[in-house]
Amino acid sequence: MLGSRRSYAVFGLVTALSLAATACSSSGASGTGSSTPHSGGHLTFALASDPICVDPQQQGNNDAIYPARQLVDSLTDQDPKTGKIVPWLARSWEVSKDATTFTFHLRGGATFSDGTPVDARAVKDNFDGIVRLGAKSVLGASYLAGYRGTTVVDKNTARVTFKAPNAQFLQATSTFTLGLLARSTTRLPAAKRCTDHIVGSGPFTLVDYTPNKSVEERRRAGYSWGSSLWRKKGPAYLERISFKVVPESGVRTGSLQSGQADAIGGVAPQDEDGLKAAGFTLLSRANPGVPFALTANTARPLTRDARVRQAIQLGVNRKEVVDTVLSRRYQPATSALASTTTAYQNLGDRLAYAPDRARKLLDEAGWKPGPGGIRVKDGQKLSLKVVWATNFGPNQTALELIQQQLKKIGVQITLKSTSIGDYVQVRQKGDYDYAWGNTTRVDPDILRTSFSSKGLNLSRLHDSALDAVLDEQSATADAARRAGYAARAQALVLEKGYQVPVFELTTVVGVSGKVHDLDFEASSRLQFHDTWLS
Amino acid sequence: MPRYLVQRLLQAVFVLWAAFTTSFVVLYLLPGDPVSIMASGGGDTNDVSPEQIAELKQVYGFDKPLIESYGDRLWHALRGDFGISVQSGDPVTRLIADQLPATLQLTSAALLLAVVLGAGVALAATYTRRRWLRQTLLSLPALGVSAPTFWVGLILVQLVSFRWGLLPAIGNEGFRSVILPAITLAVPTSAVIAQVFAKSLRTALAEPYAQTALAKGASRRRVHFGHALRNAAIPPLTVAGVVVGNLLAGSVVVETVFSRTGIGRVTATAVTAQDIPVVQGLVVFGALAFVLANLAVDLLVPLLDPRITAAAPAVAR
Repeated sequence: MLGSRRSYAVFGLVTALSLAATACSSSGASGTGSSTPHSGGHLTFALASDPICVDPQQQGNNDAIYPARQLVDSLTDQDPKTGKIVPWLARSWEVSKDATTFTFHLRGGATFSDGTPVDARAVKDNFDGIVRLGAKSVLGASYLAGYRGTTVVDKNTARVTFKAPNAQFLQATSTFTLGLLARSTTRLPAAKRCTDHIVGSGPFTLVDYTPNKSVEERRRAGYSWGSSLWRKKGPAYLERISFKVVPESGVRTGSLQSGQADAIGGVAPQDEDGLKAAGFTLLSRANPGVPFALTANTARPLTRDARVRQAIQLGVNRKEVVDTVLSRRYQPATSALASTTTAYQNLGDRLAYAPDRARKLLDEAGWKPGPGGIRVKDGQKLSLKVVWATNFGPNQTALELIQQQLKKIGVQITLKSTSIGDYVQVRQKGDYDYAWGNTTRVDPDILRTSFSSKGLNLSRLHDSALDAVLDEQSATADAARRAGYAARAQALVLEKGYQVPVFELTTVVGVSGKVHDLDFEASSRLQFHDTWLS
Repeated sequence: MPRYLVQRLLQAVFVLWAAFTTSFVVLYLLPGDPVSIMASGGGDTNDVSPEQIAELKQVYGFDKPLIESYGDRLWHALRGDFGISVQSGDPVTRLIADQLPATLQLTSAALLLAVVLGAGVALAATYTRRRWLRQTLLSLPALGVSAPTFWVGLILVQLVSFRWGLLPAIGNEGFRSVILPAITLAVPTSAVIAQVFAKSLRTALAEPYAQTALAKGASRRRVHFGHALRNAAIPPLTVAGVVVGNLLAGSVVVETVFSRTGIGRVTATAVTAQDIPVVQGLVVFGALAFVLANLAVDLLVPLLDPRITAAAPAVAR
């Protein structure tokens, strides 16, 4: 909204000035008081944008997920370090060999904050409800694709079946999207459960959400069914959390310095050094899933040629993009998946900057150097159209740099920006050679969503070998074998040049010295259960 | 008088209809649509199927032909129903009504400040005999109009709140939180008032009656504040519509910088998300505020200057 480059520059200046001032005078970041974890305290977190809807099951932006995640528990949790699925509300589970049937044994004794039990019946209500939400839950619909139904085997045993193999579903049960809500919520229509009436079994309960202002949450007393990953058993340390909506990045930074906020989200790369210099801690973690990448539209005349696509892949200098446009906290992409994704395979060698090999490939493909340094073939210029959405601040600068890099190998890039809403339509219409974007998902199945010709197939692929590997990956319950297929799929996507991964989106959060143990969960979103204030 | 009133009311209705229709045409002809934006989640570039988009379009009534959609929305709008927000699912009318008090608090504080500040500058500039002071004061409005509200707000926040810790920087709870935003919003508004008022004061002081009063021995102060002030007050009043427009437009920036809720913030988020029903509701609301302000002035001015009522029918003929 105010995201013009001029206004960014103004912020930068103002922020830098004030940071310099605080760095000299005050010590906003230094912690005082006790150094051991203790119960109590009120944490204020500044969000970069309005959550709009705090129902974890409905489609929400990243800023909705921070507050929403705290309200619900999931059947399982995922270890961010190993990617392993571990118990949370479900004590144990079995997955049929063909990955169509999933049986969950609930721990029992857990209750929603309205007192109703978290039982097999509740699991059924939730999954049925998410399917009913349909397009209102885009993520839920993809996790539950081919949902046949849930059977209540006994009070604490629920069996979920699918019409076709759906191996990713186990990981999906660890996400906030499939977090469980009480029937008093699931029976409400989508619009009635965005600002109010969100009753979960999570470590915090919703006190109040005022759009564009704040989400207030209070600790659930008597909570004792936390994830097996959490260090603290029982209720959370924090008594209250206030998520305040502070849209201007300069004001967010200042509110952290002046102690008006304890932690802030949406830290822009250019603000990182200033915050660090002022003594604040920066927490960061790469988002799993598809990194920021150029994805080819293989139905177009120029990008139909695999050699052209491979040349583009070799002609992008990822390290330069990260060093110039982003910060030390960001990493160049090293595969078709980000490094924090389950079954990620490091293929960094293949993605090394090799302009000479790129030029050779283009020569072989018949593209000869032409006027203005742009290659030509049969009187046609090697000019490619890239569409991109304005959903991440540094996108434009990154793409302009890539544009310059590719000019060196004789490829002209024209950039076409769209709003995030137009982006979907532009991709469906197909009037572009490459699309720039990313998707956050911990499970490698995201490759099937993006590249299977049986899905939306926005890349217009006809690759039976890739389809087969992606299907195998989805039809295998065994984690090790799945990882093998996923690794093969990553290699295929890169080999054929379907995707030109560039850098991994990184979530950066600034925290004051008072805040301890604010942790990222597997999808690089925040978990506040173990967090305490000194 | 009744005829004058009826005429003004008809004009007001026309302005509202024009605002509705123009905003409808512009918003519905824009590429992209709110449904895709919502479905894509505003963050990642998620893949959404055409079926999902179609399903949502039907839910929000974006699937109808343009003319039918226009008639439908106009009919509902006449009864105060502007549909539901694509983003939150709340009725647009309620959304605006809920946000109105916060914005009224901000804008009325800003208006009060702007009037005091603007009138003060204008009076001082025309009253003083010191040339340098007059020049300085008269150049203030130009400065106030050209300083970006956004920048003024950020500077105030950084200094008063973050550096000196005197006032809160975020939210809108209590009187203290309204001070900085009101000052920020008052700067450009007071500049407009000062500019118009200074000019009309100078015109009034140059009128023969002012000269006559001075010649008859009235003090400069009496002529300035007694005679000229009342006559010079009308031109600033007639720009009330512009002032209201300024305040509403300014609230978009000010409410965002100061993390306040209100009409301005709703506008900013609705525009970003292309939330058509909300944006349209806001356009009509803005037109309504403008029309009401002008109507109030039209009714007030004859009280200050009876000549204007007498002149109105003459214009109508």
